[in-house]
Amino acid sequence: MATIIVVTSGKGGVGKTTTSASFATGLAQRGYRTVVIDFDVGLRNLDLIMGCERRVVYDFINVINNEATLNQALIRDKRVENLYILPASQTRDKDALTKEGVERILSELKQNFEFEYVVCDSPAGIERGALMALYYADEALVVTNPEVSSVRDSDRILGILSSRSRRAEQSENPVKEHLVLARYAPDRANRGDMLTVQDVLEILAIPLLGVVPESSAVLQSSNAGIPVILDENSDAGLAYSDLVDRFLGKDLPHRFIEIPKKGFLKRLFGGG
Amino acid sequence: MGLFDYFRSSPSRSAALAKERLQIIVAHERGSRRSSPDYLPALKKELLEVVRRYVPIDQSHVKVHLDREGGYEILELNITLPDEEQRQFQPR
Ligand SMILES: Nc1ncnc2c1ncn2[C@@H]1O[C@H](COP(=O)(O)OP(=O)(O)O)[C@@H](O)[C@H]1O
Ligand SMILES: [Mg+2]
Repeated sequence: MATIIVVTSGKGGVGKTTTSASFATGLAQRGYRTVVIDFDVGLRNLDLIMGCERRVVYDFINVINNEATLNQALIRDKRVENLYILPASQTRDKDALTKEGVERILSELKQNFEFEYVVCDSPAGIERGALMALYYADEALVVTNPEVSSVRDSDRILGILSSRSRRAEQSENPVKEHLVLARYAPDRANRGDMLTVQDVLEILAIPLLGVVPESSAVLQSSNAGIPVILDENSDAGLAYSDLVDRFLGKDLPHRFIEIPKKGFLKRLFGGG
Repeated sequence: MGLFDYFRSSPSRSAALAKERLQIIVAHERGSRRSSPDYLPALKKELLEVVRRYVPIDQSHVKVHLDREGGYEILELNITLPDEEQRQFQPR
């Protein structure tokens, strides 16, 4: 039985696409057949972050409109086995994303392609694209930054998950929610300039799946088109790796919540 | 932000203020998402009276549920009637 996971947030620019790319890659690395779908119709970006932008021929909307088959549209990742990408279209016609269309593609991915995890990268906002991305979800990664507008938007999304998802409408078990706190800067939180992990947890009151530190490695990896989880020497890469393991049931302590310890010389001369 | 702020040693209250404001707004917005209008209890009571003219039921057999979705609201009524043999029709 496949699990559908939406990566959502309400607010834009908080790290949904970064998280989708690394999360899907991590699941595939661990042996699960995984597909990641870009729901951001009109603004496709997942292909760039995954480094497959030059291999896009057909897209999600083409498949919904029966202009291409899933076989033609799915892009097989070159680095990681078991990983596939379904790119968004660049059409401006957002109405193309219909409930029936999305449902048909999802069930084909589950049944004919035997995917174990379907990761849906949601667009920002609470409009059609975002609603479609979360409608069929079994679980949700709610990506939040430690900042007022992001926390408020996440709370709104939690409200939508519990009232407008398919699971809510059919009175099934609710969508399982996970908090991903991204772009966290422990030094600023300790100084009292930024909401702490604890603050955000107190307000949103959902289980914490992982804390991803603010990291220059994220920009470097998106420059190269390599999901940051594949950079095993980076703090953000390790954070995503832990997050995937925790999702799969491992009980790991949260790293990157404390200020990194600096050596004596580094402390004297700064840097790091 | 003056030079003073930059060099001060005491922790800033900036995040504490953010947290306070968030707690208030989030509680408010959750309230308006979940709260039900104040006519619901009266509606439920009157419904109970009407149905009782025909079938003997009690409070627990009437479920009234209000859902908000985007711009509109759905009022869901669920009235469970008792089994045939338990129905003793008592016109009033
Ligand atoms: N942990 C992080 N540290 C530093 N920059 C990050 C981090 N996560 C995301 N970013 C940057 O933030 C921007 C928005 O990220 P993206 O994943 O595209 O967000 P979204 O999909 O939510 O709009 C990008 O420039 C990305 O490189
Ligand atoms: Mg995005």
